[in-house]
Amino acid sequence: MTQRLVVIGNGMAGARTVEEILARGGDFSITMFGDEPYGNYNRIMLSNLLAGVEDEAGIYLNDLSWYADNNITLNAGVKIERIDRFAKKVYATDGTATPYDKLIIATGSSSWTPPMKNVHNPKRGFHQGVFAFRTLDDTRGMIRYARDHERAVVIGGGLLGLEAARGLQNHLSDVTLLHAAGHLMERQLDEKAGHMLQASVENKLGIKVITKAMTTEILGKDRVTGVKLADGTVIPCDVVVIAAGIRPNTQVAADSGLPVERGIVVDDQMRVQDEDDIYSVGECAQHRGNLYGLVAPLWDQAKVLADHITGRDTAAAYTGSKLSTKLKVAGIDVASMGLIAPETDDDEVIVYSEPKKGVYKQLIIRDGVLAGAILVGDNSKAASLIQSFDRAQALPEERAEMLFDIGGPAGEVKPEDMSDDAQVCNCNGVSKGAICGVVNAGCKTVSGVMDKTRAGKGCGTCKPLVQRIVEWAAGGEAEEDPAASWYVPGVPMPKPELMAAIRTHELKSVSAVFDKLVPGGEHDAKSKMGLASLLKMMWADQYVDERDARFINDRVHGNIQKDGTFSVVPQMKGGVTTPAELKRIAEVAEKYNVPMVKLTGGQRIDLLGIPKEQLPAMWADLDMPSGYAYAKSFRTVKTCVGSDFCRFGVGDSTALGIAIEERYQGLEGPGKMKLAVTGCPRNCAEAYVKDLGVVAIDGGKWEIYVGGAAGAHIRKGDLLCTVGSAEEVIRLTGRFLQYYRENANWLERTYAFVPRIGIERIREIVVEDTDGIAEALDAAVEEAVQSYKDPWKERAVPATPGQFRTSLPLTVLPQVPVRS
Amino acid sequence: MTIAPIAETVLGPIDEIPFGEGRTYAVGSDMIAVFRLRDGSLRAVSAVCPHKGGPLADGQIDNRVVVCPLHLYAWDLATGCSQSGQPPISVYPVRVDDGHIILGD
Repeated sequence: MTQRLVVIGNGMAGARTVEEILARGGDFSITMFGDEPYGNYNRIMLSNLLAGVEDEAGIYLNDLSWYADNNITLNAGVKIERIDRFAKKVYATDGTATPYDKLIIATGSSSWTPPMKNVHNPKRGFHQGVFAFRTLDDTRGMIRYARDHERAVVIGGGLLGLEAARGLQNHLSDVTLLHAAGHLMERQLDEKAGHMLQASVENKLGIKVITKAMTTEILGKDRVTGVKLADGTVIPCDVVVIAAGIRPNTQVAADSGLPVERGIVVDDQMRVQDEDDIYSVGECAQHRGNLYGLVAPLWDQAKVLADHITGRDTAAAYTGSKLSTKLKVAGIDVASMGLIAPETDDDEVIVYSEPKKGVYKQLIIRDGVLAGAILVGDNSKAASLIQSFDRAQALPEERAEMLFDIGGPAGEVKPEDMSDDAQVCNCNGVSKGAICGVVNAGCKTVSGVMDKTRAGKGCGTCKPLVQRIVEWAAGGEAEEDPAASWYVPGVPMPKPELMAAIRTHELKSVSAVFDKLVPGGEHDAKSKMGLASLLKMMWADQYVDERDARFINDRVHGNIQKDGTFSVVPQMKGGVTTPAELKRIAEVAEKYNVPMVKLTGGQRIDLLGIPKEQLPAMWADLDMPSGYAYAKSFRTVKTCVGSDFCRFGVGDSTALGIAIEERYQGLEGPGKMKLAVTGCPRNCAEAYVKDLGVVAIDGGKWEIYVGGAAGAHIRKGDLLCTVGSAEEVIRLTGRFLQYYRENANWLERTYAFVPRIGIERIREIVVEDTDGIAEALDAAVEEAVQSYKDPWKERAVPATPGQFRTSLPLTVLPQVPVRS
Repeated sequence: MTIAPIAETVLGPIDEIPFGEGRTYAVGSDMIAVFRLRDGSLRAVSAVCPHKGGPLADGQIDNRVVVCPLHLYAWDLATGCSQSGQPPISVYPVRVDDGHIILGD
């Protein structure tokens, strides 16, 4: 049965709530009452109207036809003075009574007038020339009056006052802003930010600002001639605009016996306390002790109210909002969220201040999450900060990244600024449109979208952009992906828990892990390789090697190429070879008609285009160990010529590089490990940008850098330590690599791992041994070293039937007779 | 789902395919990848990835999907449907009979 819904208030909250109710197909006959004789307009845009950048038509949210189209009876300009909760009727000042089944009170707020002498005129409300700044009528009156006058004073240095001052400049030449507090926008900004904003307002806009200015009197007999401050200062003016704050309109509710404290008290369903059929929403509602004067919380309240009143979701609950604002205040970028000052000694405060440019940024971090932020003069990072704040996300180790864009090709491109055909993933050729299509089809997790489109699955550089697009396309409501913290997608555990469970249950094969640790025991193809790597690291010789858990590269010990052939890269320790070795490689290349012979970036020789079935014979002819150019493992140690020949070299980098490669060859890990040793800081071996790089420095010492990269991601490694001998380099290399193997996520390279853990922490563990695990790390890596076997010896007898059988018709396959 | 009709053909002994892996067979002019799941059952699909021609028999599998080794797109082994917006692959009836892989009905 259709119920009668009455809404008191036709402002942004009332109208938005009705829109939400209509969107849910609510079966109501709706009657709305509004004080103002208009449809529903965007109050926030009154500043633009005053500033002349918007006209009246442009600020309407719903014109009168919307009410007619939706069968809403609008009583514009009719004021409700009383609610009879028992008879379920509302009474208007014109004497009419309107019955309801459900009632929504969305009466909003009114402008607050501080006590001042002579501000009111008994006949006409305000003194002539004095205006509030709240309604369309206020704004119209102000514009009309200001046009014919010269000097204005705005009382109130909050957001609204600043907007009023800026807008008035459009109509008269002299504007002074008076603010009672010590700095502008004191609710959103700390003192420094407030002063920075004041400097910009004064110097860039030419508005005079007086703080600590308590206005006590309006001067002038028939019309305003000035204002007087508490200290006796008189400021002559013709127009006074009062923008000193708002007070919720609760009189009707209070007069009708509803619970009113600072606002009308509502529960989590936006129902007035102890009332079954009366709701309240917007600025007049007090929820869990808080009043909200911004639109974002209001939108959330409207949704919950609509869910509940329509019965669409009676469990819907509004639990409060974290407040953040990002706006242009009088043409100057300002953003503010959460705390504006630290509250405890442990609060981490990060401040950047550049007064000449009017830029100020402050972050307050508590327990590793963003507890507050202030930006003035530069809002480029506001969106990402608001997101971090709202979701209490983990913050980057480099705090500066939160304040500035520091390099990175994906930058902070805004999804809304991108065209649909803009390519997001340059590896897999995925456009913004393709990502949005998947989101619109219902997939709202970042990993789900990446799976479906393969965006971000190449080099991974575009992942942050993919995430932003997913969030944007999902209307800021991307779903949390529980799998994001798992080591592999098919086993619901982060790495530490997974390793503990593997140890507890002594799980030594990949299928045993699935059987024991996955509810339902379902195996997952995409998780096998990561698990195989982890188990091999954990169990070394005791690992039960199921060949199907290996990726094809690890089954046949070569890197699969686009045509299904493989590459063969023999080991060439430290990039040092001999004429005999080169001859042998040359002969093999000729014998097998190798289509391409190429030098690699890791100082080795790559034989490309080898059919799978030829691999064992080639290895036999080469009779060299595998260079592991295909696995998630220790790859190569690049070296320079070092001290033997180079006239600058200060350390024997080649000998050390060879020794490191000799020891750690083939070591599996969560990602590739590329190393280098260079004989002097000229860095010919590019050691600064390796997973682990060693640099000889004068005095027989070696610097060890970790976490460098020069692939899709470029990062200079962090200096781990400086040591005095090659032996120590070898020992610390093993210890660091083992720590990485045990603690990095699957496919997490050191350039991500090292900053995640922090170089200081890694130094404590690996160099200083503050955790007392150095010995265990050394022993574990030693065990792994001892279990090394050259995989290319797996050639006389295949490890599995058909291990090297072709999978593509690269050569003619033996034909199976077809029975007709 | 594309189940391709094919004449009954003995491909070879089941021991040719290790558990959890795949091998390619040429049947007439068709290339067919046969997988032996860890539960012991078989699946047969067209051997060439429709995306960029990757050898599907070299891909990793579980009891539901095969993942192409080249670009890691996945297909359902029972229906041939792509999980990532690619064209489907053909699936063929296949069974074990007396230790031999029998393709077709």
